[in-house]
Amino acid sequence: MAKSALLKSSIAKKVAMALSGLFLILFLAQHFFINSTSVFSPDTFNSISHFMGNNPLVQFVIQPILIIGVVFHFTMGIVLEIKNNSARPISYAKNNGAANSSWASRNMIVSGLVVLAFILLHFYDFWVPEMVYKYVDGSPLNETRYFAELTHKFVSPVRTAIYCVSFVLLSLHLWHGFNSSFQSVGFNNKYSRSLHKLGYAFAIVVPFGFIFIALFHHFNH
Amino acid sequence: MKLTLKIWRQKNAAAEGKIVEYPIDGIEPDMSFLEMLDILNDKLIVKGEDTVAFDHDCREGICGMCSLFINGEAHGPDRLVTTCQLHMRKFKDGDTIFIEPFRAKAFPVIKDLVVDRGAFDRIQQSGGFISVNTSGNTIDANTIPIPKHDADRAFDAATCIGCGACVASCKNSSAMLFVSAKVSQFALLPQGKIEAADRVMNMVAQMDAEGFGNCTNTGACEVECPKGISLENIARMNREYLSASLKG
Amino acid sequence: MALDSKIPGGSISDKWTNYKDHINLVNPANKRNLDVIIVGTGLAGGSAAATLAELGYNVKAFCFQDSPRRAHSIAAQGGINAAKNYQGDGDSTFRLFYDTVKGGDYRAREANVHRLAEVSTNIIDQCVAQGVPFAREYGGLLDNRSFGGTLVSRTFYAKGQTGQQLLLGAYSAMNRQIGRGKIKMHNRHEMLDLVIVNGKARGIIARNLVTGEIERHSAHAVVIASGGYGNVFFLSTNAMGSNVTAAWKIHKRGAYFANPCYTQIHPTCIPVSGDHQAKLTLMSESLRNDGRIWVPAKLEDAKAIREGKLKPTQIAEADRDYYLERRYPAFGNLVPRDIASRAAKERCDAGFGVNKTGEAVYLDFAAAIERYGVDQARLKHLDENDKALVIKLGTEVVANKYGNLFQMYEKIVDENPYSTPMMIYPAVHYTMGGTWVDYNLQTTIPGCFSIGESNFSDHGANRLGASALMQGLADGYFVLPYTIGDYLAPDIKMGTISTDLPEFEQAENNVKQQIEALMNNGGSKPADYFHKKLGKIMWDKVGMARNAKGLTEAQSEIAAIREEFYKEVKIPGTANSFNTELAKALRIADFLELGELFAKDALHRNESCGGHFREEYQTPEGEAQRDDENFAYVAAWEYKGNPSDAVLHKEELKFENVKLVQRSYK
Repeated sequence: MAKSALLKSSIAKKVAMALSGLFLILFLAQHFFINSTSVFSPDTFNSISHFMGNNPLVQFVIQPILIIGVVFHFTMGIVLEIKNNSARPISYAKNNGAANSSWASRNMIVSGLVVLAFILLHFYDFWVPEMVYKYVDGSPLNETRYFAELTHKFVSPVRTAIYCVSFVLLSLHLWHGFNSSFQSVGFNNKYSRSLHKLGYAFAIVVPFGFIFIALFHHFNH
Repeated sequence: MKLTLKIWRQKNAAAEGKIVEYPIDGIEPDMSFLEMLDILNDKLIVKGEDTVAFDHDCREGICGMCSLFINGEAHGPDRLVTTCQLHMRKFKDGDTIFIEPFRAKAFPVIKDLVVDRGAFDRIQQSGGFISVNTSGNTIDANTIPIPKHDADRAFDAATCIGCGACVASCKNSSAMLFVSAKVSQFALLPQGKIEAADRVMNMVAQMDAEGFGNCTNTGACEVECPKGISLENIARMNREYLSASLKG
Repeated sequence: MALDSKIPGGSISDKWTNYKDHINLVNPANKRNLDVIIVGTGLAGGSAAATLAELGYNVKAFCFQDSPRRAHSIAAQGGINAAKNYQGDGDSTFRLFYDTVKGGDYRAREANVHRLAEVSTNIIDQCVAQGVPFAREYGGLLDNRSFGGTLVSRTFYAKGQTGQQLLLGAYSAMNRQIGRGKIKMHNRHEMLDLVIVNGKARGIIARNLVTGEIERHSAHAVVIASGGYGNVFFLSTNAMGSNVTAAWKIHKRGAYFANPCYTQIHPTCIPVSGDHQAKLTLMSESLRNDGRIWVPAKLEDAKAIREGKLKPTQIAEADRDYYLERRYPAFGNLVPRDIASRAAKERCDAGFGVNKTGEAVYLDFAAAIERYGVDQARLKHLDENDKALVIKLGTEVVANKYGNLFQMYEKIVDENPYSTPMMIYPAVHYTMGGTWVDYNLQTTIPGCFSIGESNFSDHGANRLGASALMQGLADGYFVLPYTIGDYLAPDIKMGTISTDLPEFEQAENNVKQQIEALMNNGGSKPADYFHKKLGKIMWDKVGMARNAKGLTEAQSEIAAIREEFYKEVKIPGTANSFNTELAKALRIADFLELGELFAKDALHRNESCGGHFREEYQTPEGEAQRDDENFAYVAAWEYKGNPSDAVLHKEELKFENVKLVQRSYK
């Protein structure tokens, strides 16, 4: 009984959201680290990208897990949002949510969907061409193509702007999501205050770091 | 003070409801919010209209019977008070005040501003107790010393009055703060640890069955809770639940 | 009918044990065939429901609130007494018994009070086992504090929310049984009549407050646990819904009503601020452990304060009159409630009152804050001469002890009680009188029991602080479960009682007629109009000090309001729907009868005792003057159709273990 209850219960779903979210945070951190090298050293960027793109462990184990993680996180997020909305069939005529909670915390679905749209665009921009390049066309290995592909995408001001806006929303998503995930797995103790600061720092540094990278390449092209 | 009240009127559970506007005059800042509604009702009676139904009893902030979603907040704009302790000095002359029932699928409206919070009782019935008979044949109360720190935290969790402001404030109508307060109270005391695993599993299962939403940690419940029940309790319940279900 | 209190024989300390050894028991299999109705789910009703269900009876519990957890026991603040003697300060069962009899001004039944003191220790064990988070010391053991009228620390507490925690304990025990199906809970129901079949209580008529439906419920015994009737004064510390209806309905069916005039006026409540006020808020008696009560010693200072020209903090120490410490040096601020209340009234009547209406005195924590601050500074090796630091540290200690009460005060009055003294004044709080019961807690109707505040039994003419919680739980957890079994033993073969009996029909029609009359009278005034009018008469003429003239007037005035009420009350809406005004009017109708009996009882008792103070009967120092020769009895009134026609029955009180003396707290 315990096992099936675990899978169905609201707390289990929330823990699953938290764990998948934390996993995506880790991914985001490493992605940010790799991208940031593009600002300092195109060579380093190219070699790391090449490793990530061709290492079988990364390609055939970590990459599928990541995709499952992303799909799981947004599917679950949408499922929970629908369920949560149905828990209040008649809404308030006047609701002053700002009095008791942050905009970010109340609008995870908004920031989440924007980030999802961004991820789809991102797939279209990078991941799909990459897959086609490697596995459909079977093009030859080229260890130095990555930096050029990256900078090329930031030529368009419109695309750069979309990236920037998306990352602002990602920042808001992380602003709540980072700390929320720890609360969900039951981590709330004397260390929480320090952890909260770390969470807020992460929610600012990483997305705005990405924005900086995008703008850097846009203006230095 | 002169005010415009916009109050949810609904004849009974089956009827459709709507917001009705009532102007009211002669309100003094020292009145409590419910005394203001008493005055409105007395005026309605004299006019031959049906009174606005609202729940209330002790009028000193402890029974948990009063509810009301006032200007977009459970128990109104003041902090750490129930509606019966909210005073009109928190409003300004000329204000428009929205008064709505606590809204959630699990809290169906009975009439006007009165809702059925039986779901809370059923959650408690599913495990919110220590299974000890009231025979009086227990051990002496001082046999098990309990660290003051634990006893104090158990007390803080136990001060929940079951009003439902957490559910009303939560954008998801989640009852996690309420349930976790009870789970925490017992989980923190040695007497309660014996049944802790069953208790949390059963109470969460009942909570889910009642149709409350999920917790997304917005923290609105903690802010609006008239007794200041801490979010720490929700984290503790999550821990308790995880360890209970993994033990299986 | 002569009153038989059925007190068992033997010495006072053996009575209860002997009694339990010789009563009839019902075997577990047979308990399943017996139904018990319990009206009210506070400490007494809730604990009784849980215990009887655990024993195996089928319990049907009723409350008018939306959940049993909301009963007004929840508002009790200060604590619960028990003769545990954990502090080693000389407490014992006998001392708790003695203090309670003395505190009740020698108008309680000795055997009941001793039983109460005996089971008091079990209550604490039981509650701790249930997970009630009582206050503890750093060593992990239970903490105690001191309450009025005693010289020991025997009060267990959970900050200022003891009643809440105890009630939630009883509620959780109930929940366990509701979950198991042994208690059938009827929330939002009001009992409106008792059904008697062949001379025994066999059921009730209740109104479903949501649908308005009139329902019949049968059982082998009916237990009334519906609390006190303080709301007869309109303004009291009781909950808005607290009412006498269940108790009054059984009175009308034959249960005698005892000592209605014994009402406790609590000395420390937040004063009335205006006509709009719907209820009064209590500040726990525990505050008197640390707070000092005073008024200005000079009339001109009091006047200046009332006019807002002076602040209390500007009155020099020498110009303050700490009147309780002055008059009662031995007990000081911790004299019993009746004495503290009258002393406040005496000062205010003499012109020393400190708020706009002249009906308030100060409760001052400045001395306590300083004392605790110095202690803390020493403990922490800080500078005890640093005034600001001492105040800060002392404030923390006081906040830790009474924080929620101070916060409540600030929310209501809009003044910071840490920096300026609180204003307090007496208010109606508890009723010692109630349905007459014998040692078995059974009323004069066989099969109809009354427990907790709704009966009259244990507190005499005045209740000591922290004893109400003790009595409620004692009755419900540890007394009634024995006595009701003894009564039910012959009924095991009876089977379920049909609600189709003509007695049910008659009672139901009775209720329906009353409702119909109220709904269709063509009146125009809100029910509260009559309640307020009644309350004003009660407070002015039947309140803290009474005299023959006022009481005589009160009786006829109340009868007149009652007549007007039936003609003039306006109830909007319909009878067969959720109708708060109808529920209110039905309660007020009963208060209007009780109020008159109340005044009649007060008039007949030509003495002063406890909460009953007759101006004609006082000592030269203004203390209550009892008349043990003529009034050492319980006045039990039999209903005869009109409160003025009620017939008096006397239960003589015999004091074999406590010597009757003039009560002194000097």
